[in-house]
Amino acid sequence: MDAKQIDQRELLRDEKDPLTHTPVHLLSLESVGKHYGNIVALTDVTMAVDNGRVTCVLGDNGAGKSTLIKIIAGLHQHDEGVLHIMGEERKFDSPRDALDAGIATVYQDLAVVPLMPIWRNFFLGSELTTGFGPFKRMDVQAMKDITKKELADMGIDLRDVEQPIGQLSGGERQCVAIARAVYFGAKVLILDEPTAALGVKQSGVVLRYILQARDRGLGVIFITHNPHHAFPVGDRFLLLKRGRSIGYYDKKDITLDELTAQMAGGAELAELAHELEQLGGHGDVVKQVQAEVAGVTDSTADTSRASG
Amino acid sequence: MTMTQTMSKPAVTDERVGRRNPLQKLLGRPEVGALVGAIVLFIFFAAVSQTFTQPNAFATVLYGSSTIGIMAVGVSLLMIGGEFDLSTGVAVISSALTASMFSWYFSMNVWIGVLLALVVSLSIGFINGWILMKTKLPSFIVTLATFLMLTGLNLGLTRMIGGGVSSPSISNMDGYESAQAIFSSSVNIGGVDVKNTVFIWIALVAIASWVLLRTKVGNWIFAVGGDANAARAVGVPVKATKIGLFMAVGFCGWILGMHNLFAFDAVQSGEGVGNEFLYIIAAVIGGCLLTGGYGSAVGGAIGAFIFGMANKGIVYAQWNPDWFKFFLGLMLLLATIVNLIVKRRADSSKG
Repeated sequence: MDAKQIDQRELLRDEKDPLTHTPVHLLSLESVGKHYGNIVALTDVTMAVDNGRVTCVLGDNGAGKSTLIKIIAGLHQHDEGVLHIMGEERKFDSPRDALDAGIATVYQDLAVVPLMPIWRNFFLGSELTTGFGPFKRMDVQAMKDITKKELADMGIDLRDVEQPIGQLSGGERQCVAIARAVYFGAKVLILDEPTAALGVKQSGVVLRYILQARDRGLGVIFITHNPHHAFPVGDRFLLLKRGRSIGYYDKKDITLDELTAQMAGGAELAELAHELEQLGGHGDVVKQVQAEVAGVTDSTADTSRASG
Repeated sequence: MTMTQTMSKPAVTDERVGRRNPLQKLLGRPEVGALVGAIVLFIFFAAVSQTFTQPNAFATVLYGSSTIGIMAVGVSLLMIGGEFDLSTGVAVISSALTASMFSWYFSMNVWIGVLLALVVSLSIGFINGWILMKTKLPSFIVTLATFLMLTGLNLGLTRMIGGGVSSPSISNMDGYESAQAIFSSSVNIGGVDVKNTVFIWIALVAIASWVLLRTKVGNWIFAVGGDANAARAVGVPVKATKIGLFMAVGFCGWILGMHNLFAFDAVQSGEGVGNEFLYIIAAVIGGCLLTGGYGSAVGGAIGAFIFGMANKGIVYAQWNPDWFKFFLGLMLLLATIVNLIVKRRADSSKG
């Protein structure tokens, strides 16, 4: 039961890319911070993303997950620290910049336009064109064919690429967005809470696509607040809390229980149980929570001892 | 039985897709409600008035439609792009006044004034779009302000420079005839004089449809209207697209402004107020969603045609023109309800 944290400075200095065996990470953040006015949203976050690896970023609401991905995706600029892409220092001015650097993001709200047909959404912002000068036009047939083929390759069986994307289910839309990122040659794929709004079965489907993207050699950043979704697919886990990193683990060094405990925060759960008791909560429920608290605090104690 | 049927069908079709026959496909288009309305209205006026279907009268209806339709092209695109413009009506007059007053005051060739008017019209569009993008205010407020300012400028500058409420006549100036031939002339087709604005209108609709459906700019227009944040996130230049749309509206305003000028040779500085609603109404009747992201240029054209038919048809039917506004309001209401149903259907997710 000892969870060995990755030493963040060691990480950036020594570790080699597992595929290319070069000491350069596909993407790395070093002590990155961001504040909005006088609100500090993120401080001192260090992480690395490599080809064919899934890095999970875990944290509760307001932990800074969204800020982190917005910096990587080019929607916001960081104020502190350094962002490297393939060893080169970068700061993105716009999402277009990040896309050109090979970073594709699948947003929580999916960045799809519900009223537009699937194929128009698939190629939005990167349309294929034929012809010259004023007669330059979209290659509609090719775009439709590619959309259908790419989605079929991801195992998504589509009825009609002409239907508005708003008519698809949440999981299907998620998969279209992932397929789009993969097709456009993304090197880094950021997934912002892809399973948050999905049912169990749909979540499973999306997790499978994450592994598929990984197997194609992409560096995946998987943002979630659900350790049960993160653990099976992740290779590394970065835990955020109130804008700070509270742990960074390799999969071999941590168990699902420890991950859950770290996320939940044993002390807070204990407080909740106490409050419920005072409110005269149902006896059975309180006991159940207390039992859970006992388990969680045990493992947290272990973890803090190990890391401290 | 069913087995053999599915077997005989090749695998290209998916059994979950109910076969969409051409009629169903047509019903899914944004302008279909307007088209049905236009046909009903045409049959109605053809029945109540003998003159309505005569070529001459019909040419007049087309002309009336074109003066709304030219603007409706730009306004429809803008509405699909998620914005609308209340300054269009007076901006048309601003453009016409610029051309006439400049040429008259400096005694220059009319064409120089015409080109200057183009610059002014595009600038008005650019400024509208730029302020909108900078301040992120609703386009209702920004263009309402432009509308008021332009109304004042039209009246004030015309009085200051020309000393009256209308621009001085420019009919005897250099270049007037050639400009009139371009912006306000007629083509004789089988003994019927058809105003050339009708052809300009049709050409603009064709170009706008092509841009909208077949170019990447068209894709961007749908996207910025449907969901500007999503569009930005996938790399669509949202600001440039929206500013460009306002400038396209400015361009349409320039064409109509030049037509107004050369149809008569002088312009009343107080005109144009209220016309902006006619253009918006034409676009909405034509199936453009007020909230953006859905619609067509052809729809806006059909909307303008409905307007033209109702406007002139009431005269040909020898009714009191007072009824016209009632018709217009009714059409607008019906059209918006149809649009609402379309949007609900398109939005409905299967969960």
